[in-house]
Amino acid sequence: MSDTPNPLRDPRDKRLPRVAGPSVLVLFGVTGDLSRKKLLPAIYDLANRGLLPPGFSLVGFARRDWDHQDFRQIAYEAVKQHARTPFREDVWTHLAEGMHFVPGEFDDPGAFEALAMAVKELDESRGTGGNYAFYLSIPPKFFPQVVEQLQRSGLAHGDDAGHEGFRRVVIEKPFGHDLKSAVELNDTVHRVFPEESIFRIDHYLGKETVQNILALRFANTMFEPIWNRGFVDHVQITMAEDIGIGGRAGYYDGIGAARDVIQNHLLQLLALTAMEEPTSFSAEAVRAEKAKVLSSVRVPEDLSLATAHGQYSSGWQGGVRVKGYLEEDGIPADSRTETYAAVKLEIDNRRWAGVPFYLRTGKRLSRRVSEVALIFQKAPHLPFSLTDTEELGQNALVMRVQPDEGITVRFGSKVPGTSMEIRDVNMDFAYGESFTESSPEAYERLLLDVLIGDPPLFPRQEEVELSWKILDPIEEYWSGSRRIEQYKSGGYGPDSADELMARDGRAWRRL
Amino acid sequence: MNIDLTDTTTRKIQDALTQARHLMGGPAVGMVLTLIIVTDESAQYDAVRAATEAAREHPCRVLTVISRDSRGSSSRLDAEIRMGETGPGETVLLRMYGPLADHADSVVVPLLMQDTPVVTWWPGGKVPKIPAEDPLGRLASRRVTDSYAARDRLGTLARLAEEYRPGDTDFTWTRLTSWRTLLAATLDQPYAEILSGSVSGEPDSPSAELLAAWLSVRLGVKVSREVSDGPGITGVSLKTRDGDIEISRPDGRVATLSRHGQPDRQVSLMRRPMADLLAEELRRLDPDEVYEDAARRFAKEQAAAGEPAPEPKAEPKKGAGRSRAKAADGPDAS
Repeated sequence: MSDTPNPLRDPRDKRLPRVAGPSVLVLFGVTGDLSRKKLLPAIYDLANRGLLPPGFSLVGFARRDWDHQDFRQIAYEAVKQHARTPFREDVWTHLAEGMHFVPGEFDDPGAFEALAMAVKELDESRGTGGNYAFYLSIPPKFFPQVVEQLQRSGLAHGDDAGHEGFRRVVIEKPFGHDLKSAVELNDTVHRVFPEESIFRIDHYLGKETVQNILALRFANTMFEPIWNRGFVDHVQITMAEDIGIGGRAGYYDGIGAARDVIQNHLLQLLALTAMEEPTSFSAEAVRAEKAKVLSSVRVPEDLSLATAHGQYSSGWQGGVRVKGYLEEDGIPADSRTETYAAVKLEIDNRRWAGVPFYLRTGKRLSRRVSEVALIFQKAPHLPFSLTDTEELGQNALVMRVQPDEGITVRFGSKVPGTSMEIRDVNMDFAYGESFTESSPEAYERLLLDVLIGDPPLFPRQEEVELSWKILDPIEEYWSGSRRIEQYKSGGYGPDSADELMARDGRAWRRL
Repeated sequence: MNIDLTDTTTRKIQDALTQARHLMGGPAVGMVLTLIIVTDESAQYDAVRAATEAAREHPCRVLTVISRDSRGSSSRLDAEIRMGETGPGETVLLRMYGPLADHADSVVVPLLMQDTPVVTWWPGGKVPKIPAEDPLGRLASRRVTDSYAARDRLGTLARLAEEYRPGDTDFTWTRLTSWRTLLAATLDQPYAEILSGSVSGEPDSPSAELLAAWLSVRLGVKVSREVSDGPGITGVSLKTRDGDIEISRPDGRVATLSRHGQPDRQVSLMRRPMADLLAEELRRLDPDEVYEDAARRFAKEQAAAGEPAPEPKAEPKKGAGRSRAKAADGPDAS
């Protein structure tokens, strides 16, 4: 057998995509929403793009009395409804041949024995080479059980001296609900899988625009010189949603907006925006820089002045009458879980000292926006009269993550006419407009990375723990507050969030 | 929005474009390149449709150059501007009559998007002798031809290979990407030393020749060509010390991978529509050295095998050859 590099691969040959090797993906929680809406369609899309190997197999595991056919039927419907690429019978037929279902409970060793048999059989019949990836699309409270069962049934480790293919495990956020639980969760998984086999999915990091932040910053020369405290006044990182909690009451209550969004998405965006240039684009180098900047994040002393939170109240949102959070099904009437959270953070390093980063997220706001906005300082001197520049705000560089991915630059321009009047205008680079249709869904990218074993886009345990260290004191402070502010559905969030900005003489970008 | 300009000038076209954009509410997208399509009236419909589809991924200005009746004595330029109905980007059909048809570049140059790459595409069989020195090819950093659509397919490809300049590429190569991906993925797994190989396909298939040439360049072994009834390429086999690695695709849809000591596996290996091929070409605008290597190898072997291209279409096949060239506009041959 040859160990030399593949002669058909040539770094100059950029047409050839990376393709996963022969493998089995075992999907736990296959009946869940995520599975149907994202994972199964993403698997089909990968197959359709020719990025899955011949013989790729998918095993579903769930507490349902199904046989293979039922599973295929569910998958078929999911793919038909949600896949990004056109449906092709050939692709589906071959993908479906590799779909198997194992019914069982997580506490039933017999079911895992059956699972072990099933994947072994696939190795025989479809040549998957003993490579298994386990995707745990299940509530974290089941992780210990599943991981233990995987170990007991011998699925977690290669049989013969570890040379029997790869074993990878994929887990989804939330990675715990505070530092302590995150460490525990990590220990549980680590008892069986080594760190390099654990893939933590934050689907945000698979988005094109998020990856484009790195390209924008480190492939260009015009942005980096102003990317520091010398020019930037402050940074706003926003993820606003227009929807409520929908059917996620059971998950959401007790978790809240900060744990659900700030801990992972927003702090990852902060890390990518604020980090120093990595020595290379390799997983290790990027993670090292992210970890560095996350450890320089400082939570302000007086949290009463630096945080805001609230719950949406009933009202009108986008022309529809909507319920308040406390009236949602499954939410206790005295719940103090926040659906809006805003925090001000500082980064203690030479580049960012004195530049506040404002993070906000909320549900039932006026519209759906995710963006990172760098707001620049005002010009130190304006050779115009005050009345000329009354309408002139601060320059801004906005990286829009979704929807309508792209970049906006905001600057002053003369209003046409005889008098000198300067007003803010936006210049738009609409990335998404053209790319949404053809650019891969984040899950496609991430699933492929798991199967190939390429980890740069997955957060490491260290980053997860650092994020909790930032959030824990804030959550603790909030848990001590008696009362939680209600904010109007379909608006811009609670007044206290606006006051938080006003105290610093700033304002949120309008959603 | 559709604007027809008859007997017009480039200045008027520019003004119409600017005005149309203002009416549509400002520049809708940042266009990333200009695509020049050199074609004739009969092939323009499919080509423009493919370009419009590819423009969803690469918003661009499409300039379609249609020569009409270059024998006439008076020059005339007609333009048809299409904007905003078919997707991002803008399409201009330029119909040139009379002597002007020989000076198409003078019309195209003022209409190129400023400071963005230019790609020239000859979708039909009429391929210039040296694309890089063609007046419209010279404007482009990337020149895309399709020797499958030509009357003498192998001869055309050989000629293009001999006159290769950085930036040239041919759809017969683009059609191979899915084959090459599958082969490369196959050799990502451990394998024994490869002794020889063979590619089977239609007798008159430039793609099959290129695939054989590529394999022999990369693997450093002899790769023979075997003739089958098609469609397109029907199989590749690599002889290794431990037995054969074989990929067969008899029906142009589904490939079966057989490896010594492993179960047979099937995977869909579709022939791709023209829009996909074009989108792939527009994705990378740097010189394709891997294509160069393969094409040069093919040209060398072709020359060694005897001066005139070996069996290109004896008379009886002529009609069939032409109709197949047409069919290449539909779901494609690879």
